[in-house]
Amino acid sequence: MITNTEASLMEVLEHCLELAMRTRVPENEQPGVIGYFPVYFPEEIVHAAGLRPNAIFGGGNKLEVRLADARIGSFVCSICRSTTEQGLDGTLRGLKGFFTQPICDAAKHMAGIWGRNFPTQLSQILALPQNINSTASVQYVYDEYQRLRSVLADQVGHEIIDDSIRASLRIYNENRRMQRELYRIKCDDPARLSTIETYLLIRAGTRIRREEHNVLLQDALRLLPQRRVRPRDKPRVVFLGGFCEQPPLEMIETIEDVCFIVDDDLLIGQRWITGDIPSEEGDPVWALAESYVEHSASSPVQYNARKPKEEELMRMLREARAEAAIITAAKFCEPGLDDQLALSHKLDAEKVPYLVLEFEEKMTSFEQMSMQVETFAESLLFH
Amino acid sequence: MSIINTKKEVQDARTMGQRLVNQWLANLGTAHERGQPVAYVFVMGNAIEILRTFGFEMAFPEINSLQSGVRKSAPDFISKAEDFGFSPDVCSYVKADVGLMLSNMMHPSGIQMPKPDIAIASSLCNVYIKWAEIWERRFNTPAFVLDIPGKRFAAWKSAAGSPQHLSDARWVEGQFRDLIARCEQITGKKFDMDRLAEVEENVNEMIRLWVDILAFNQNRPAPYNSMLDGLTYMGVLNAWRGTSEGVEYMRLLHDEVAGKVARGEGRVPDERFRLVFSGTPCYVNMRRMIELFESHGGVFAASDYLTYAAGGLDSAGLFYDTSRPLESLAEVTTLASQMGLSNHFFSHHALAQQMKDFAADGIVYHGIKSCRTVATSMADNREYVTTRHGMPTLYIESDLIDPRYWSDAQIKNRVDAFFEVLEQRARLEGR
Repeated sequence: MITNTEASLMEVLEHCLELAMRTRVPENEQPGVIGYFPVYFPEEIVHAAGLRPNAIFGGGNKLEVRLADARIGSFVCSICRSTTEQGLDGTLRGLKGFFTQPICDAAKHMAGIWGRNFPTQLSQILALPQNINSTASVQYVYDEYQRLRSVLADQVGHEIIDDSIRASLRIYNENRRMQRELYRIKCDDPARLSTIETYLLIRAGTRIRREEHNVLLQDALRLLPQRRVRPRDKPRVVFLGGFCEQPPLEMIETIEDVCFIVDDDLLIGQRWITGDIPSEEGDPVWALAESYVEHSASSPVQYNARKPKEEELMRMLREARAEAAIITAAKFCEPGLDDQLALSHKLDAEKVPYLVLEFEEKMTSFEQMSMQVETFAESLLFH
Repeated sequence: MSIINTKKEVQDARTMGQRLVNQWLANLGTAHERGQPVAYVFVMGNAIEILRTFGFEMAFPEINSLQSGVRKSAPDFISKAEDFGFSPDVCSYVKADVGLMLSNMMHPSGIQMPKPDIAIASSLCNVYIKWAEIWERRFNTPAFVLDIPGKRFAAWKSAAGSPQHLSDARWVEGQFRDLIARCEQITGKKFDMDRLAEVEENVNEMIRLWVDILAFNQNRPAPYNSMLDGLTYMGVLNAWRGTSEGVEYMRLLHDEVAGKVARGEGRVPDERFRLVFSGTPCYVNMRRMIELFESHGGVFAASDYLTYAAGGLDSAGLFYDTSRPLESLAEVTTLASQMGLSNHFFSHHALAQQMKDFAADGIVYHGIKSCRTVATSMADNREYVTTRHGMPTLYIESDLIDPRYWSDAQIKNRVDAFFEVLEQRARLEGR
């Protein structure tokens, strides 16, 4: 029997599913929309300008790439190809601007492709640094954020004042607190909240204003403790490889059929800042920059001497009390593929069971992957 | 710094260039036994000026890898790296380097490559950073990641001395200061600002000469092929950047090329078509590739490769102000990055300009399967240049050093068809 709680929760999740998978940006959407390529973007500055930040995740497995084939190499990852397709087929025509970042060489090219093909849209690289270990890093990020602030102020035709940014910081702090709470629940009680549900709840926020998203998350967090849960015995695993190109939902479901994913890097850019950003006094842009440098997550596309990737994985496994890892990489994603190998070697050395998978956002067949994952899960259960 | 005298019996630039390359490799092979520290650096954004000040020998793993292609060892190295677990989709330079590591660092030149005491990876190619992480794991040598902000968009103008330029330069300077502290720690030497100025004087002179040498190819016939002879010139320029030997080589080369221009000597007898090359070479089939074009009377008069793989300083007439060596190093590095090195992403205007400057008949784009830095948006770039500027263009695809991606018949067909178009145009223009 479906309880009222479950029905309400399903309603929230279905709404999130619709939002999360929404790709079209209508031309008349008000306020204007600024698109950005993964991984992280200081959305607060866009929000404070009165614009809506819109994370771009490519076309998933519902889009056939046709037009972009003639514009971008066949040896380039799916998210770059399908995002180009979405530009060319008009899906992203409603964007006022498109920002990419130096996360990888293919991503940097997206600014060139966008500028050549969609000259009416603002098209830029936000040059977030690859060196966040210098004493000069915060100042540089601050300067680049101020440049962004100025570009967006020109776009909207008015100054973006400190108080507006502080207000945005508060809204985003609340949002990140709730995201962290979702991750706490999914780790402590994975039968209560699955990864696919967590994913949809968070991804929905990339399609609406953050205040609206906060209401959605509040609803979910209010309902989750009342949810009836049946205990299930599945191995606890950490999932890595979802920091940029997103694995298809079916792939996450395939894994969750037989494992609890108790921590992951899916949509890590949405949770990049790991604590509250000071929002009451001081320069809010400085606070945002400092948080980026000092209180941030990690991913294969950023070098951080303070967070060696292998140690980060071991930390995740330890803190999530996971017994195994699923290390994935998107096809043609050089940073992901390089890390996949390094992490595998670390897990071998530490004698932690793991499974290596390669995916593409556009994949539609999961039978083989399902067999691999089932075999892996069985090996963990009967180890 | 040198342990072999290069100055004796030098007759021509080619001989001197070969000697310098051999000497550079030999110096690397004996660096540690001579107590000299070794830096691993890349050709784009490498801070060589600072490293030379401290007396580092410079190893260029990119050059090691391309040489493994030229010397036909790349398939073996790549295969070893793939057996080790690297994906076929990873940069073939990286895999060749991993293959070298798995071969006890024995380079096909016969030199035992030393381990790095420091490794500099700039952000101009993100693979550099992943590559440096591999060294960290292999050699336990922490990477020094040098973030050099590039162009933010196609029309980006960061004029020297503008607030934006100074802001970016301040960031680069801050990292240089970190690097100096790291070098002091490694070598036990104090940083010598006067020595930096000396190194910069040498770089300035080399760049003055390099700018001239590049411009000599605006003459018809072009005195050299930028994608064959030019690669040799650039190799020496990189390995000996900032040294008196490098200056001497560039002077000799400059005079030789100037002489060819004065005598009207061209690289290709009966030069018929002048071309611009975009991308990197296929080092395993370099001569074959050139032959495919030269057999039609085509010469690569210019190439963006000779800018971005040569430090980028030629891109806007950039020279160091040696009265303020460190600040100037940061300012010029920043501008070189934005004008010359990060230009892959927005190269359509620069290529169109090269077409004009070198009176070229067409552009050849060489897409590299395993190099997203160079090749991701080449097809789009080509579409833009063809449509906007009405220029004949050719797109061919292979790899840096992985021979599996070279399809001779297919590439030859495309090259032949391209020249048919050029011939047709030439006939219409009465040439």
